[in-house]
Amino acid sequence: MEPAAIPYLPRGVRLHRDRVREAWVLLAPERAIMLDEIGHAVLTEIDGARSFSEITAALAAKYDAPQDEIAGDCAGLLGALRARRFLEVRE
Amino acid sequence: MNAETPIVRPPIAMLAELTHRCPLSCPYCSNPVELARVDSELSTETWKDVFRQAADLGVLQLHLSGGEPASRRDLEDLVCAARDAGLYTNLITSGIGLSEKRLRALDEAGLDHVQLSLQGTTPEMADEIGGYNGGFKRKMQVAEWIGAIGFPLTLNAVLHRRNLHQLPRALEMAVEMGARRIEVATVQFHGWALKNRGALMPTMEQAREADRIVTEARARLKGTLVIDYVPADYHSDYPKRCMGGWGSTGLNVAPDGKVLPCHAAESIPHLSFDNVADRPLADIWYRGAAFNAYRGTDWMQEPCRSCARKTVDFGGCRCQAMAVVGDPDATDPVCVKSPHHGALQAQAAAHSVSDAPLVHRAVPARRQTEPTG
Repeated sequence: MEPAAIPYLPRGVRLHRDRVREAWVLLAPERAIMLDEIGHAVLTEIDGARSFSEITAALAAKYDAPQDEIAGDCAGLLGALRARRFLEVRE
Repeated sequence: MNAETPIVRPPIAMLAELTHRCPLSCPYCSNPVELARVDSELSTETWKDVFRQAADLGVLQLHLSGGEPASRRDLEDLVCAARDAGLYTNLITSGIGLSEKRLRALDEAGLDHVQLSLQGTTPEMADEIGGYNGGFKRKMQVAEWIGAIGFPLTLNAVLHRRNLHQLPRALEMAVEMGARRIEVATVQFHGWALKNRGALMPTMEQAREADRIVTEARARLKGTLVIDYVPADYHSDYPKRCMGGWGSTGLNVAPDGKVLPCHAAESIPHLSFDNVADRPLADIWYRGAAFNAYRGTDWMQEPCRSCARKTVDFGGCRCQAMAVVGDPDATDPVCVKSPHHGALQAQAAAHSVSDAPLVHRAVPARRQTEPTG
């Protein structure tokens, strides 16, 4: 994902607190994706306003980790969601 | 119960068959051959209660289906209640019965996603298969409204021998409509479709051509259109993991409140089904006899019992074992390891060159037949 790209969740894709399984889930058309802590942390940063590099910088500061490493992890998750069209990007 | 009894997890998805009424009469309809009577349909309040129970049980995805769910006048109200319960709401529709006004009301109610069926890519094909003149034109209008409102859309193209040549156009139409996803679903032979094997069975060449088209389109349309593909069942070597495993991820509530492990489960004569009117949904899921009948692997016979794939496909489809082999405990005859696999393939080859006419599905009775005389 390009550093300047702005990721956002399109209509029909939303975060949901699953009170039965006590976990966060990404609900999408005919899919429910169970999120681990990292997945949830990444997706809550996506606000449709900030760029990929701003998001990874915020996560790097929050978790005291190198931004490159965070960007690598995020690109994997967000790329997989994008391939299913559960995530869109404004360039 | 013994040591091998699997841990039962909460279901993720529920298919609510709101009604068996439908303006179309597709010859492969997944409704049972014995359709639920109109006067047996659950009330609005009962459905709302079932949705709340489902959410409490752990269901995340609610598929509002039928028949045609738009045939229920309370659809908007039901969507609203499902959203209030915390469910993700998916409308599975032919589009017939939806006006722009109703779609806007569904938007207002919080409907998350629409799955629109496609019987063919031309009016001639679609209207013949659906048994409804003007249906295709109406559906195209509904697709435009869906796009204008902005609902996420999945196009569900049901394919068989008569329309498999239209697959490339179906893919184009999905892109033109702005669908994010298409389901390329080759007809599965249960219920009404079982009566139509001679009319609908694809040829082996068609099945392989569809594989090729899907593979090519997935690469070409990556990032634009997600393609989920259900290949021709009888022409495969291994069975489908039916329902993700019996009683493991999903449940189905029929129009009259009967709770089924899958939509075709009533074709298995020895099973008995609970009703939401008599028993809480959670109790039915965890302790209902029908749900426990084929959970896990304990029920299996050979060759499933000693097979390395037994937790991959769980022996395939119980309803298909019943329909083809006459034994719901048998290995799905689609499997190469089934002693009936050769016979099934021979049947498929014979059906695929048959000239049997289409048998359209029937219309549900309006009320219980009164005894005469």
